[in-house]
Amino acid sequence: MLAYYLRLGIRSLRRNPILTSLMVLAIGIGVAASMTTYAVFRAVSGNPLPDKSTQLLVPQIDIWGPQSRSEGRDMPDALSYTDAMALMREHRAARQTSIYPVNYTAIPPDASREPFSVSGYATYTDFFPMFEAPFQYGGGWGAAQDAAHAAVVVISADLNQQLFGGANSVGRTIRLDDHDYQVVGVLENWNPHPRFYDVNNSDGFSDPPDFFLPFTHAVDLHTETAGNSNCYGSSGRAPGWDGWVQSDCVWVSFWAELPDAAAVQAYQSYLQGYGAEQNRAGRFHWPANAKLHDLMQWMDYEKVVPPESRISLLLSLGFLLVCLVNTVGLLLAKFMRRSAEIGVRRALGASRREIWTQFLAEAAMVGVSGGVVGLALTGVGILSIGLVFDPDYARLAHMSPELVGLTLLSALVATIGAAFYPTWRAARVQPAWQLKSN
Amino acid sequence: MQIRPILAALRHHKAGTLLIALQIALTLAIVCNALFIIHERLTRLSQPSGIDEPNLLVIHNGWAGKPQEGEIASLMASDLDTLRKIPGVADVYATNTYPLNNVGIAYGIGHSPDKLKPVTTTAIYLADENALPTLGLKLIAGRNFRPDEIGQIGLHGDTDPSAIIVTSALAKLLFPDGSAVGKVAYISAKPSTIVGVVERMRTPWVDSSLAKWADCSTLIPYRPLTSASQYVVRVQPGQLENVTRHVRAMLYAANRMRVISPKDGVQTFADIRAIAYNSDRGMAILMSAISTILLIITGAGIVGLTSFWVGQRRKQIGVRRALGATRHDILSYFLTENLLIGVGGVVMGGVLAIALNMWLMKQFEMDKLAPGYVLAGVVTLLLLGQGAVLAPALRASNVPPVEATRSV
Repeated sequence: MLAYYLRLGIRSLRRNPILTSLMVLAIGIGVAASMTTYAVFRAVSGNPLPDKSTQLLVPQIDIWGPQSRSEGRDMPDALSYTDAMALMREHRAARQTSIYPVNYTAIPPDASREPFSVSGYATYTDFFPMFEAPFQYGGGWGAAQDAAHAAVVVISADLNQQLFGGANSVGRTIRLDDHDYQVVGVLENWNPHPRFYDVNNSDGFSDPPDFFLPFTHAVDLHTETAGNSNCYGSSGRAPGWDGWVQSDCVWVSFWAELPDAAAVQAYQSYLQGYGAEQNRAGRFHWPANAKLHDLMQWMDYEKVVPPESRISLLLSLGFLLVCLVNTVGLLLAKFMRRSAEIGVRRALGASRREIWTQFLAEAAMVGVSGGVVGLALTGVGILSIGLVFDPDYARLAHMSPELVGLTLLSALVATIGAAFYPTWRAARVQPAWQLKSN
Repeated sequence: MQIRPILAALRHHKAGTLLIALQIALTLAIVCNALFIIHERLTRLSQPSGIDEPNLLVIHNGWAGKPQEGEIASLMASDLDTLRKIPGVADVYATNTYPLNNVGIAYGIGHSPDKLKPVTTTAIYLADENALPTLGLKLIAGRNFRPDEIGQIGLHGDTDPSAIIVTSALAKLLFPDGSAVGKVAYISAKPSTIVGVVERMRTPWVDSSLAKWADCSTLIPYRPLTSASQYVVRVQPGQLENVTRHVRAMLYAANRMRVISPKDGVQTFADIRAIAYNSDRGMAILMSAISTILLIITGAGIVGLTSFWVGQRRKQIGVRRALGATRHDILSYFLTENLLIGVGGVVMGGVLAIALNMWLMKQFEMDKLAPGYVLAGVVTLLLLGQGAVLAPALRASNVPPVEATRSV
């Protein structure tokens, strides 16, 4: 019977080709707009490390006091060198690392090649296991090398390709600025979206870093941060590098790995105690105040999802809603026009359920066609995201099998949902009335 | 006018009437807010940076091999010399950043050395005596830096200039009651005298969250001795393309232990502006597309539904015509009917538009919707409705009276 209804549906849809294509197009465009903006939204709002995002935490310490928080400003989103080093030294977390972004120029061994800029991070040995960085060759450096301020480096697959043609380069040296570094590991292509460990310095979606090297070594070389640094007030900062690292300017990111809620609780009270201790020592002149954010809370706090992505997703969903209201109206018109036909069918013994099946089948065909149109338009949309969104975001969104499925499914579900009221009205047609009026 | 019979007829099409009204309402709510977002973004796009963009280009230079600060000073001096000698180059200076770069230094500026309660935040631009003529900044009071005032600053050096030049917006904030020239302000623990005031120079950031002090810039008399710095080059009119094409090779010919990215190491302000406002332009495009398509779909929906109603009522129309109604009567019947539905829709839509805007304001730091946008949206949608209904209404008015006598 369903096949018969589908045939009936096609006949009916063919009868008003303009009305039918209007419905199909409206659904297709509505679904495509929603799916394209959703693809971007999903790409920028995903959890970069779902299996342990609740175990990775970022502390905030009230280093400048309540006075600095006028005009809606919050505590700084990085630590001073002094505080970061104190937390590293006291080592209260299962794993922990300080991080800051650095830029160098790489000098190729082949003198005929031009030097080029590379960007990376100064960090500690725990960085790699904490953030599950995958290695192609070798591995991270050890705690001993942190302690020895060793000139070792972990390079990206990309830099390895540029300098060593992709070969296993562990044990070889690279030259950054005026120093040589021994390669201890080569990463696979690894650039989590967002690059959660650096969202306080970057938008989180830029090109992957080229290298990682020991924090202790970078500080020895007086390597400037390539990210943000924030200072409050102007008193008490001596000139030069020593003045800089002793100051209350903030520029170091700190991450702690805490395996469970109890450990998080303990760390929170440790931070509170640290603040109280600084207060007693006369460094902080205000009650201790510290916050801990887990990974996803931190993404939220740092507003990683660009507002453009949210607004456009919302307005696209509103757009889809209008398209659906439009479809409800048109289907209602279409179905009620066939009251006479429904009357005849009912009089000849068709049950209400049969009418339901018949009209929902017709709507489903509109939905499927809308889905196909929507799929094609989503493809066009994905290709032209670069026109609308930042290229950094745009390249993250692509056509995946899930997106294809979701597009078709949402077109179908939306259309059938829209067809419910018109179908209900159609099923309630009184056969006697229709037969009489003719 | 025949409003009462129209209302009576509409009561028989409750669902259809409600759906059209709802569609108009939702469209109005979305289109008003989309137009408002477009306007906001376009306003931002057209904000002047204060500098003479058409004749400027920027070179991002980095020194390879980490030269010492003394060495950088002579390398930079020779670079500036090389640049000056390039045909078509009018002027040049070295700095840390420039407007629309989205990277820079911001300091509190105020009246006390401790700066715990600064008057405002200000962007800090390193400048020398050539900065003003290079950028094309208009000095409205005081003087430019003198060559003997220009210091040099390396990493973490003391930024405590004795002379500074500020923008007029910043001067007004600092000294609302009179001229700022000759007065003292603090960006460090030491006093800085304001020697000049320029009309306008925006901060490097285009982010709306920093818009409050977007016109508060301070120029300080230093050359950067950092391994990466920016050369801002002013070209003679018409020479931009020529200089942009050759400048990288010429600098490399002078000294190759440097990095100027082949991809974006040399940029004109057209490029810089396009990158800086990428997301604003994108939002404007997306919102325009959504609004246009939405209006088309709503218009088409009205055509569809009204056509159906006309088809359904052919017999009644015939009867009316037979009883003496003119074509004009029939036409105006459908136009009025649409207008009534439209008015209902826009009233609902106006409320929805304001509600949506209030929600967007709360979520996204948007401004309050200006009433003009709702009004423009209302007029657009009512006209759209009338336009959409015209074709089916004309078809209705062409129904001959004889229709009344036909059955089925």
